[in-house]
Amino acid sequence: MSTSLSPTLAAVTGSRVRRSRRRALVIGLLATLVVAAYGVNLMVGETFYPPSEIWRVILGETVPGASFTVGELRLPRATLAALAGFCFGMGGVTFQTMLRNPLASPDVIGITSGASAAAAFAIVVLGLTETGVSAFAIGAGLAVAIIVYTLSFRDGVAGTRLILIGIGIAAMLDSATAYVLSQAAQWDLQQAQRWLTGSLNGATWDETAQVALALLVLGPLLLGQARNLFMLQLGDDTAAALGVRLERTRIVVIVAAVGLLAFATAATGPIAFVAFLSGPIAARIIGSAGSLLVPAGLVGALLVLVADLIGQYAFDIRYPVGVVTGVLGAPYLVYLLIRTNRAGGSL
Amino acid sequence: MTATHSLLVSSLRLGYGDRTVIESLDLTLPPGKITAIVGANACGKSTLLRSMSRLLAPRAGHVLLDGREVHKMPAKELARTLGLLPQSPVAPEGITVSDLVGRGRNPHQRLLSRWSREDDAAVAAALDATHTADLADRSVDELSGGQRQRVWIAMALAQQTDLLLLDEPTTFLDVSHQVEVLDLLTDLNRNRGTTIVMVLHDLNMAARYADHLIALADGKLHAAGEPSAVLTEDCVRAVFGLDSQVITDPTSGKPLMLPLGRHHVAITRP
Ligand SMILES: Nc1ncnc2c1ncn2[C@@H]1O[C@H](COP(=O)(O)OP(=O)(O)OP(=O)(O)O)[C@@H](O)[C@H]1O
Ligand SMILES: [Mg+2]
Repeated sequence: MSTSLSPTLAAVTGSRVRRSRRRALVIGLLATLVVAAYGVNLMVGETFYPPSEIWRVILGETVPGASFTVGELRLPRATLAALAGFCFGMGGVTFQTMLRNPLASPDVIGITSGASAAAAFAIVVLGLTETGVSAFAIGAGLAVAIIVYTLSFRDGVAGTRLILIGIGIAAMLDSATAYVLSQAAQWDLQQAQRWLTGSLNGATWDETAQVALALLVLGPLLLGQARNLFMLQLGDDTAAALGVRLERTRIVVIVAAVGLLAFATAATGPIAFVAFLSGPIAARIIGSAGSLLVPAGLVGALLVLVADLIGQYAFDIRYPVGVVTGVLGAPYLVYLLIRTNRAGGSL
Repeated sequence: MTATHSLLVSSLRLGYGDRTVIESLDLTLPPGKITAIVGANACGKSTLLRSMSRLLAPRAGHVLLDGREVHKMPAKELARTLGLLPQSPVAPEGITVSDLVGRGRNPHQRLLSRWSREDDAAVAAALDATHTADLADRSVDELSGGQRQRVWIAMALAQQTDLLLLDEPTTFLDVSHQVEVLDLLTDLNRNRGTTIVMVLHDLNMAARYADHLIALADGKLHAAGEPSAVLTEDCVRAVFGLDSQVITDPTSGKPLMLPLGRHHVAITRP
């Protein structure tokens, strides 16, 4: 082996090392921001509690006032916000990557709408509780994924067709949700908002634990496919020629991502546009080096935590978190639609 | 020197939906040689290449690599032996050249394995061979068509396979880069024994660079063999429906096809 490296090899190694350092740095930074936002969500509210008191609550000590406000209200709420945001971000970027289109996000193509409609139906009409609701949401999410996929499949999935069909199905499912809610015996505005836009009001430890469990089981399953998913960015043919088993990858990835999205949706409702925004934001700050699953998850968690803070305290009225993320996401959706229209002319 | 592998196709039928594109095809790709596949648009060249690299399952018949059914081989194992550069690959938005070329290493990497020194070396060698080293940090979106094509070839080279299938590798390239790419593939073939199978539209380049020429017409084999035996006036008429004159290329001794269109022809037609 020669000791003098070729200049190209030195450059390749150098730029690879630089990229992976940068990636580690950005992921570390995002994680720090998530932890910081989580902390702020615990401290801020009607009453401010300093970190020391919050820490005592977390350790299980009884702190007058804080034990209830932080332990029973803020902790489950912030934890659910972070976990659900992570699920939305990871699930969203999975679909965007697999279908190679930022518009092909589960909240645009009807998957979260399906999970949400099913959850509303399970609660209002069938009177089910947590596990039953989640099972319903997952079933519906998968069903929508399969329906959208088959309807738009014609010798390879065409992006635009899939998105248009998905948007149509999402609209149908959203009106189904609205109808189911209108049939509720007791009209509960908060509940309605939750299934239409997503909300963290009334977050419980039970719901939080379900989402945590889903993330613990399905997260690693999805991460195991990270490299294959990353290769799918090159197109089906190139990815397959480089050793990716397309069908198996797609099945594992769709089941895992829909599972994550459905569990999160069953707990918080379809928090608008988090799945849609997280991937592109993560891609923008991290570049094309490596898988986007974890960065998008972190961005999702950060988005939900910050949006909930804004929704609760930035205005005179409290808005559910989904209204805030909806306001953030809508302009980006419009921008993408305009750009697609210009570039492809196929819309 | 790499091992030579046998790749052959027997009674192969391929199609999409309810239409058949290739009907009962038998072919042997000579190991350690350069094979060029020519034929009219839509005659099934890309379809054949995709099937040989297991992207399209046969309706009937077999694709055999070293006697094993390609469609039953483990995906990564096949991808370490046989590489494919598709006809019009898409690069994800914003991807850099070195990142794209690096993805050619996928079949050599395990789930949790770290990026290795060999991976870097393979990427560097591929960049050098295709003269794209100076583009390494550029974004693929902002390259010219020809530069992009060379980057894709670099990705296929980084895969370091003993067999390499390329679908129209010289499309988009100016004449000097066409020659450069074909010379590069010839180097690869001569120095490392890589078996090359490529679809080309330029018959004269195909005749010059290939050891073995395959002419397809409507999904059927029209002729296969030495370029001088295959590239004839009759063949061009049968495959492309075009009158032509085939002479001997004084620079290479290979056949040279001169098309006879309706205009600008000063000789009396055969
Ligand atoms: N994904 C597909 N779905 C349906 N039909 C297809 C598909 N790909 C190719 N075809 C059809 O199969 C036939 C052969 O196509 P193929 O791409 O193999 O041709 P080709 O010989 O490579 O042509 P060209 O020289 O234009 O690249 C064509 O009629 C084409 O329309
Ligand atoms: Mg073709």
